[in-house]
Amino acid sequence: MDDRGKKSEEICPGKKGSLDLVAVRKRLEQTKGPEYWRSLEELAGTAEFREMMHREFPKGASEWLDGVSRRGFLKLMGASLALAGMTACTRQPLEPIVPYVKQPEEFVPGRPLFYASAFSMRGYATPILVESHLGRPTKIEGNAQHPVSLGGTDVFTQASLLDLYDPDRSQTLTYLGDPYSWSSFLAAFHGPLASQKPLQGAGIRVLTQSFSSPALADQMQSFLKLYPSAKWHVYEPVNRDSVYAGAQMAFGQPVETQYKLDKADVIVSLDADFLYGGYPGFTRYAREYASRRDPDKSMNRMYVIESTMTSTGAKADHRLPVQAAKIEQFARALASGIGVNAGAGQLGDAEAKFAAAIGDELKTHHGSSVVIAGDNQPPVVHALAHAINQALGNVGQTVVYTDPVSAIPVNSTDSLRDLVSDMRAGKVDMLIILGGNPAYDAPADFGFGDALKSAKVPLRIHLGLHQNETAELCHWHVNEAHYLEAWGDTRAYDGTVSIVQPLIAPLYNGKSIYEFVALLSGQSEATGYEVVKAYWQKQHSGPDFDMFWRRALHDGWIEGTTFTPKDVTTKAADFPTSTSSDTKSIEINFRPDPSIWDGRFSNNGWLQELPKPVSKMTWDNPIFIGPAMAARLGVQKEDLVELELQGKSMLVPVWVQAGQPDNTVTVFLGYGRTRAGRTGTGFGFDAYQLRNSAIPWFAAGLNVRKVSGSYELASTQGMQSMDAEIGQRPLVRETDLDEYRKEPNFAQEEEPKKDETLYPVVPGFDYSKQPYAWGMAIDLNSCVGCNNCIVACQSENNIAVVGKDQVNRGRHMHWLRVDTYYEGDRDQPRAFFQPVPCMQCENAPCEVVCPVGATVHSTEGLNDMVYNRCVGTRYCSNNCPYKVRRFNFLRFQDWETPQYKMMRNPNVTVRSRGVMEKCTYCIQRITQHRVDAERADTPIKDGELQTACQQSCPSNAIIFGNINDPNSKVAKLKGLLRNYSLLGELNTRPRTTYLAEIRNPNPQLEHLATAASAVESENS
Amino acid sequence: MDPQTPVTERRKAPVIAPGHTFATITDKISSIVLARPVTNAWLVGFGFFGLITMMLLYAIGYLFLRGVGIWGVNIPVGWGFAIVNFVWWIGIGHAGTLISAILLLLRQQWRNSINRFAEAMTLFAVACAGMFPLLHLGRPWLFYWLFPYPNSMNYWPQFRSPLVWDVFAVSTYFTISLVFWFIGLIPDLATLRDRAENKWAAMIYGILAMGWRGSARHWKRYEKAYLLLAGLATPLVLSVHTVVSFDFAVAILPGWHTTIFPPYFVAGAIYSGFAMVLMLAIPIRKLYGLEDFITLRHLDNSAKVMLATGLIVAYGYAVEAFMGWYSGNHFDSFLLWNRLHGPYRFTYYALLFCNIGFPQVLWFRNWRTRPLRLFVVSAVILTGMWLERFVIVVISLHRDFLTSSWGMYYPTKWDWMTFIGTIGFFLFAFFLFVRILPMISIFEMRTLLPEAEVKEAE
Amino acid sequence: MKRTPVYGLMAEFATPTDIVSAAKRTHEAGYRKIDAYSPFPIEELAEAIGFHREGVALVTLIGGLLGMFGGYLLQYWIHNISYPTNVGGRPLNSWPAFIVVTFEMTILFAGLAAVFGMLALNGLPMPYHPVFNVPRFAFATKDRFFLIIFSSDAKYDSVETRRFLESLEPRSISEVPS
Repeated sequence: MDDRGKKSEEICPGKKGSLDLVAVRKRLEQTKGPEYWRSLEELAGTAEFREMMHREFPKGASEWLDGVSRRGFLKLMGASLALAGMTACTRQPLEPIVPYVKQPEEFVPGRPLFYASAFSMRGYATPILVESHLGRPTKIEGNAQHPVSLGGTDVFTQASLLDLYDPDRSQTLTYLGDPYSWSSFLAAFHGPLASQKPLQGAGIRVLTQSFSSPALADQMQSFLKLYPSAKWHVYEPVNRDSVYAGAQMAFGQPVETQYKLDKADVIVSLDADFLYGGYPGFTRYAREYASRRDPDKSMNRMYVIESTMTSTGAKADHRLPVQAAKIEQFARALASGIGVNAGAGQLGDAEAKFAAAIGDELKTHHGSSVVIAGDNQPPVVHALAHAINQALGNVGQTVVYTDPVSAIPVNSTDSLRDLVSDMRAGKVDMLIILGGNPAYDAPADFGFGDALKSAKVPLRIHLGLHQNETAELCHWHVNEAHYLEAWGDTRAYDGTVSIVQPLIAPLYNGKSIYEFVALLSGQSEATGYEVVKAYWQKQHSGPDFDMFWRRALHDGWIEGTTFTPKDVTTKAADFPTSTSSDTKSIEINFRPDPSIWDGRFSNNGWLQELPKPVSKMTWDNPIFIGPAMAARLGVQKEDLVELELQGKSMLVPVWVQAGQPDNTVTVFLGYGRTRAGRTGTGFGFDAYQLRNSAIPWFAAGLNVRKVSGSYELASTQGMQSMDAEIGQRPLVRETDLDEYRKEPNFAQEEEPKKDETLYPVVPGFDYSKQPYAWGMAIDLNSCVGCNNCIVACQSENNIAVVGKDQVNRGRHMHWLRVDTYYEGDRDQPRAFFQPVPCMQCENAPCEVVCPVGATVHSTEGLNDMVYNRCVGTRYCSNNCPYKVRRFNFLRFQDWETPQYKMMRNPNVTVRSRGVMEKCTYCIQRITQHRVDAERADTPIKDGELQTACQQSCPSNAIIFGNINDPNSKVAKLKGLLRNYSLLGELNTRPRTTYLAEIRNPNPQLEHLATAASAVESENS
Repeated sequence: MDPQTPVTERRKAPVIAPGHTFATITDKISSIVLARPVTNAWLVGFGFFGLITMMLLYAIGYLFLRGVGIWGVNIPVGWGFAIVNFVWWIGIGHAGTLISAILLLLRQQWRNSINRFAEAMTLFAVACAGMFPLLHLGRPWLFYWLFPYPNSMNYWPQFRSPLVWDVFAVSTYFTISLVFWFIGLIPDLATLRDRAENKWAAMIYGILAMGWRGSARHWKRYEKAYLLLAGLATPLVLSVHTVVSFDFAVAILPGWHTTIFPPYFVAGAIYSGFAMVLMLAIPIRKLYGLEDFITLRHLDNSAKVMLATGLIVAYGYAVEAFMGWYSGNHFDSFLLWNRLHGPYRFTYYALLFCNIGFPQVLWFRNWRTRPLRLFVVSAVILTGMWLERFVIVVISLHRDFLTSSWGMYYPTKWDWMTFIGTIGFFLFAFFLFVRILPMISIFEMRTLLPEAEVKEAE
Repeated sequence: MKRTPVYGLMAEFATPTDIVSAAKRTHEAGYRKIDAYSPFPIEELAEAIGFHREGVALVTLIGGLLGMFGGYLLQYWIHNISYPTNVGGRPLNSWPAFIVVTFEMTILFAGLAAVFGMLALNGLPMPYHPVFNVPRFAFATKDRFFLIIFSSDAKYDSVETRRFLESLEPRSISEVPS
């Protein structure tokens, strides 16, 4: 390996003994004033310092608990922050940004301002409002005015805030790991770029993730005009190649498909996990789906045929777990069932019946049904879905086609392949990687990492938020500005453009992709603001531009940029068989991780500790294996198995997942990072090793071998069945539509009457006489288990992340959890989600047993928690039947990291060690609104006060409000017959109640399912 | 004396062996403190338990440094070893006061030779117990918030909480036991004052004796006060474990929310208390040659008390199990199932064996009157009573209402160090006690002699 | 030999029976300022020297009542007047819950009253007392019984009293210097 290689070896983490902190601190103390800076740079020069900067933290608890070593680490971090101009941390951007507010637009301490912006992933934007306290973004919420968000968000959007403040974010521009200044980079970069001019940029390659930004696309064009022979590649590990390919197959052009679920009576999902974050349009779809789940109006019916247990499958009225390869066959059967000539699929008996039943129902729902194919299904399945929707006349009704959202809808696998072959061929003089982490997530067969390392690519530049695996192999690493620090624009799934408005000046003087591309086109001084604004000036030339611009910033989107529906004509398509379905052999499925996606969020503690929707797993990515298959293999959860696929093999732990199709193993991408940071490095297993370009999503012929040993997994849920060995526990109460119509109040077991008490009313606590009595109703029918409420709560209430080891000890801190229960046959279970915040019992068992009165009742019926008073006996938690109280067993909060101090919600106490904490219905929000209302001398209007979980919920499952106001939404919901309290028989009188779940099964399939499960039970 | 004889003969063993006079009693008992040289055996024991006490202090130090997270406690099992040990020690602490107070009221003369160290044992046990409620706090430095004291926050304890009741019950119990014990010591301290050759010893004992001179007037007030204390201590001793049982009975948790708890806790307390008394008495009477004063009669009676209380405890278990089935409440019936089949079932089986099965040997006189066997039985019972508290605390907590929140509890090395540490501290204190104070009440022994009778002069 | 002011005359006896009868006769003889010392409590002895009302019980009763009312009022005041809060919907004056602490306070105050009342009435602690000057008095805490007639007694006369004591056939008689 050449000396560059050696150097980059040198900066690898964990190679050297850790730095002697005492010595360093001495050095820092000795030096003062201007000298301080220089000596810091000297210090930064030492290998130990680098080792310190790249230090990997021990797994699990220690990274959160080992105060000493982290404090030492942060002394240095702090120093390097000073280096990076941390002093400017709470400065707003220089350019005018437009708050989204009713009140006067200036800082009022303690009073947040909101700014419209947009978070985008894979080029699909989620329109957001960002809460800012004195210039510090502290919370992300959905933009309720925006037709795509309607107030909802997804877990990634919510958690992206933590990335902004991630102390492991790359903070300096580096060359081979040494800090350098931007100017020195410009100097070094100018020569090579100039030398490309005569070659028309033949040696320049740019690699980005897929994006939808019109401004960036425009910049790209002008860059390619400047350097006609340069190439611009796009790679996205979790890409939508087969979506566009499918459209190509069906219509001869790549189109984006949108669905109008509110118009759909019947929804058929072919492996599409469209009710979870990350799916384009999820927030809107969740809202539309939920709007059709009201059993008192006309309910939709959802069929999910899927190859992995997902939260979407859990919500299905009928779910068919099959191998991914089988789904093409199923689609064919379905298609031919409704008269599309697609050739009969080879299906088993039960599957065929299932397909037939769906077919019959679809036929009777012309124009009011929709078939959705999953991104991980081959093009032909998408083509079939298009054909079915066409045949059913759904196009224009429930299905709309538009131009692709992605600015460059090329096949990202091919694009990367070309790049790698050019690199190997030595055609690449200068590789510019703008974001992404191909060295980690490229298909294994490309050997991207090796190609990148080799001397054949003389100049390698990486722009990114983190010093990740790719940055390590590049010469230059430019620290990127987070989207909350930089200007930009992006499109939502329906094409609507949002201006990405920064709320804070770059913490570490990072550069945005716009600024970097501008540099490529020779405008090294151009700021992102200028670039984006200039582009839109072109689009909207005219005197009223300022008005237009201001409006765009204020509203969070640009009027009239929404794509118009496209009428496309189906080619007389034949449907080539893509996958040979052989159900005998074991199939492997690659899926993005529900929490950290393709690995880009590995260093995000909120997401790492977020219990994944169906497994409640945190911090790891065990493979899913169905119960039957696990029994065959003789493995159980936490056993280690060896996966062997096409000569490559890896060791992974097993999670036996109810509802996982037989003979199908699902592995989740994004884990096993080696340079993610203190939070992400070393957790889980890298599934990219097995994934190659030929089989991006699934493949047959996997060998699973049980090996000795086991691996500890941290799941947050004790048991996933509602029923103990003795006694049924009706925690989630549910029935099907017909039963519900017969007996609408089935959910209401007899609870003690309000007046059945010997106690007199506590003076001043006759809740019915109070102006406000806060209550919450959670509609289990609407909840899609997307976890968004959990992250929203974590962000709003400064909830600590505790680490895998502590989660394993049963000490996770989430105030709001979503319980997942499975009923019936474990291989084809019925699944339920139940969000559980504090019930705010009127007769709170926790209060009576607290010896110091640290938890008492408010006149508005809240079960208040007085942190200052708590001495930590934990008696309240023992006596809480819902176990919603959380305890700081150790000092879980990070008190040192300066970034986290900026991130926290100033209106919520940061709890310390030894204190009990729990959901308070976001008391800080209630109080603020009460104050405002009293000032305005008007009562708080229903709906204007929302808890964090309610606000973030894309499906409106959580409704909070004043139950004393008979017209409030919550009061109405609590009036419904399917409203029930959890464990109501204990007479705790919870203020949080649930609306029972009503399924809408297809009678034709009911007996089928029962028959099937009967057979199953005989077999087992 | 040969243990066989009383077994074969029908008459009861005497509470004090024949042939003793005021003088011999006084000399024998006081010489243990004054004359007897420090033996190596004592030094070794003292040193060893001293070390274990050091370990306890280390464990506590680290606990204060890092927080209760170093223990195995979690959500749902918020209480672990700390509370188990607390209840166990408090239970053991019951025998002393019970023997001194209740048996005094019942005019059980045989109590006189065991009450002194039984009371000392009580004090040390309660001291060990008292540590845990403080240690298990998340913020132990704020423990005083549980006491009602005027403060700038104008805020007070919450008197509906059983934990506050605990604070009052335990501190009252400790205080009363302490004065009770000390009052009992005064006349003997006077004796030591007058017997001591060593000038310093004489002075220290003199100060403690407060100038006691055995005046008839003093004796009369003294006896009255002692009687009243006994009368007060009797309901107190019964109340303490009742209150401790409220910690559980007042909660709504299946397995805790039970009306049988108070009586069955008190019985259990006496059960374990006497077991501990025997475990201490049996070696001591051997080592210090006190067989004349702590006779087989004492062992026999204590064994009978254990048998009786043991049966009450057994009844308690029976009722719990019966209610689990009879109530028809599926949470309660599941609790029973979980005890029998759950992950902690072995603790439950062990508990049944230790507290119900094995102690039935006490029906047989030759188990009650053979010190070694009795020692073994007592050890088994103490283990069983610890397990009982473990079963009550952990098994009830780890699987309660919502299946989603079920969990497990695994004690850490710190849990064990703290638990074993307190045992070490207990014995450490006891070693000190036997060296510096008369472990048997001298003046009360004197009253047992026939010559103590005043014959009517005609 | 040099005479120091006399505190009283002390006679030593060997058995409880002797001391009790001796004390009886001394009392009958009209001596009032007398006392007797024994290594263990002898009920008859106090009777014999004519000591009946000890007053400890009354002190204890007062202490108990103080504790009881104090205990309950404290809780009542805290939860109803000083800082009323709604705790789990329970009434402010949750008297059943207040019983425990009330009870404990009763016991505590009564017990302490009994102990300190007894000590106070006995005039203890009292490190010095003239009787300690008699060397043989050391046996008062072992196996000897002593009877003393204080010189302050009206009937006291160094010669008469000594003769009277001798008539009681004590083991020995000694003068107690003050």
